[in-house]
Amino acid sequence: MTLLQVRDLVKHYHAGGMFRASAPPVRAVDGVSFDVGRAETLALVGESGCGKSSVGRTIIRLQEPTSGSATFEGTDLFALDRTALRKMRRRMQIIFQDPYSSLNPRMTIGAAVAEGIEIHRLARGKDVGRRVAGLLEEVGLDPGYARRYPHEFSGGQRQRIGIARALAVEPTFIVCDEPVSALDVSVQAQVLNLLADLQRERGLAYLFIAHDLAVVRQIARRIAVMYLGRIVEEGPAEQLLAEPSHPYTVALLSAVPEPDPGARRARIVLSGDLPSPSNPPPGCPFHTRCFHPLRSERCRQELPLLRPVGGTNAACHYAESTPSPEALAAN
Amino acid sequence: MSRVLEVENLRISFPDGQGGRLYPVDGVSFSLERGETLALVGESGCGKSLTSLALLQLIPPPGRIESGSTVRLGDIDVLGLRGERLRQIRGRRIGMIFQDPMTSLNPVFKVGDQIAEGIRAHFDVSRAEARSRSFNLLQEVGIPDARSRLDAYPHQLSGGMRQRVMIAIALAAEPEILVADEPTTALDVTVQAQILEVLDRLRATRGMAVLLITHDLGIVAGRADRVAVMYAGQIVEEAPTARLFARPSHPYTQGLFASVPRLTGPVQRLTPIGGSVPPPSAWPAGCRFRPRCPKAFEKSELAPPLLPVEPDHRMRCWLAETGGARG
Ligand SMILES: Nc1ncnc2c1ncn2[C@@H]1O[C@H](COP(=O)(O)OP(=O)(O)OP(=O)(O)O)[C@@H](O)[C@H]1O
Ligand code: SF4
Ligand SMILES: [Mg+2]
Repeated sequence: MTLLQVRDLVKHYHAGGMFRASAPPVRAVDGVSFDVGRAETLALVGESGCGKSSVGRTIIRLQEPTSGSATFEGTDLFALDRTALRKMRRRMQIIFQDPYSSLNPRMTIGAAVAEGIEIHRLARGKDVGRRVAGLLEEVGLDPGYARRYPHEFSGGQRQRIGIARALAVEPTFIVCDEPVSALDVSVQAQVLNLLADLQRERGLAYLFIAHDLAVVRQIARRIAVMYLGRIVEEGPAEQLLAEPSHPYTVALLSAVPEPDPGARRARIVLSGDLPSPSNPPPGCPFHTRCFHPLRSERCRQELPLLRPVGGTNAACHYAESTPSPEALAAN
Repeated sequence: MSRVLEVENLRISFPDGQGGRLYPVDGVSFSLERGETLALVGESGCGKSLTSLALLQLIPPPGRIESGSTVRLGDIDVLGLRGERLRQIRGRRIGMIFQDPMTSLNPVFKVGDQIAEGIRAHFDVSRAEARSRSFNLLQEVGIPDARSRLDAYPHQLSGGMRQRVMIAIALAAEPEILVADEPTTALDVTVQAQILEVLDRLRATRGMAVLLITHDLGIVAGRADRVAVMYAGQIVEEAPTARLFARPSHPYTQGLFASVPRLTGPVQRLTPIGGSVPPPSAWPAGCRFRPRCPKAFEKSELAPPLLPVEPDHRMRCWLAETGGARG
């Protein structure tokens, strides 16, 4: 069942200041649509600046959208006033890459986790402390930590605190914005396991924003790949990773260094830099770096739309004949 | 093969704030052969970057390299050098590139001038010759439109391009050893692939020895000849790359591999190491991995030396005596 429905989301940032009035806006998100089902994880992946965080932040209204719609459990999120929005925050939460910056250094861990419980009056008196202790335990922390301050904790522990804080209001949906990107690999694995457990136990839905495809495969059943503010391919994780149809997905996958010296895979090294999101190329946003043998004048003029190809949806005019890295290397 | 670099019993200390000292690098030894790539792998805080900085005496005070540590470059005792003699080694014999190129690029000078300056610091050539060599270097590191990029300022370049410029500067002096400290960690994966390709090509054409410092086992695979895994200031396992990946033997190395999500094969629940890396002030006596080790036993209360697993393969774990940690 659909929990969240996002349609044609656009988020442009306008450069500030009088003299910049004529500068073109940064087209961070340029028409993005997707659904997230109950207790499901949709991963939004892409390289830096592709707009994935902007999607997450506008959906939960940390930033205002430029246009588009988002419907959550039947409610139009972009029409909510402040009071209604505050109520909605009980249902949707966010956790960040750097949990430290989202924790008040002068607030104890207990107070930080209790904040949401108190704002939404989910418990009173001694019950608040009991809930906080329960939440800390649930994320794998000693309940005794409630009296300590954020600086006393490691990156992984802080991420657990951020998760406990988000869980405190019993949400049904959490935007996870690169929650494991800053963590060491052993701690990253712990947090991934924790998120998976919480999803199973609490029926949570995640929008999991990340740049690492292997991490995403571990946690998400569906993946959407973003490039320059648009989703260029979307589909079930296994299909998208095994048989990608969009040239950008193919390149992204082949660039991942796999910890296996035997796996001498053919590699596609893209030429050139990512174009600026304030001046994206016309037509297909990927055409300046695309290696597809059929790439043509059409790519430079006509924007390809997402359409079913193989087991996924891909936005490429020639997605049916996108070559694999091996086929490309053989030529 | 000829040995170009030998590090022996490297110890680096910092004041602990209570009158004592902490040893974030504590007895590290390794060597590099000509043309060889050695990867130094470990999680944050294990001492890998400090180790690389010490090679050129770049440890920021109040940190210091302890006496008894040696770094030999051919027959030169690097840690004994001071002033001009040390400057001649830095850059000229050992080049360095870092995670953040802005630490070694000057924002107010054109990149062409910065490369040319590096060339003229080490070679007696004319300005025109230095500029033409700079152009060749930019081309060698794969910068498109190199002629016009000579006159660009660092902030006008993308992260990947800056990293290429930094590599060009490091190569300007034609060093025999390149130390690359997380050279692609800050970059997107497609840009990382571009930079790694450049480094691989340069290593092959120039025959440089490379000390590659990284936390990413994926970058090591198919690139390094040998791997040294660090934990809590020490090398805990060392082996040729293919062997280490086929048979990681130290329980820490095994835990690292079990923590990495894969792109292929069935999706399985990860089995990470419990706990987190302790800071130097909290390193336990005995085996430093003991509190997190699923295989710890009585003898782990004594600090293990590096013990042979196979010829060419050593680990800092008592289980090497019985072959019991291989699994
Ligand atoms: N508040 C803002 N004001 C102006 N521009 C912004 C703002 N936030 C983001 N941008 C720009 O919008 C584009 C998309 O940013 P966003 O943070 O959504 O990307 P991202 O995919 O999350 O990148 P990363 O992987 O680096 O986190 C970028 O060019 C970014 O510089
Ligand atoms: S539409 Fe054209 S340029 Fe875009 S990805 Fe497909 S082939 Fe490449
Ligand atoms: Mg982001």
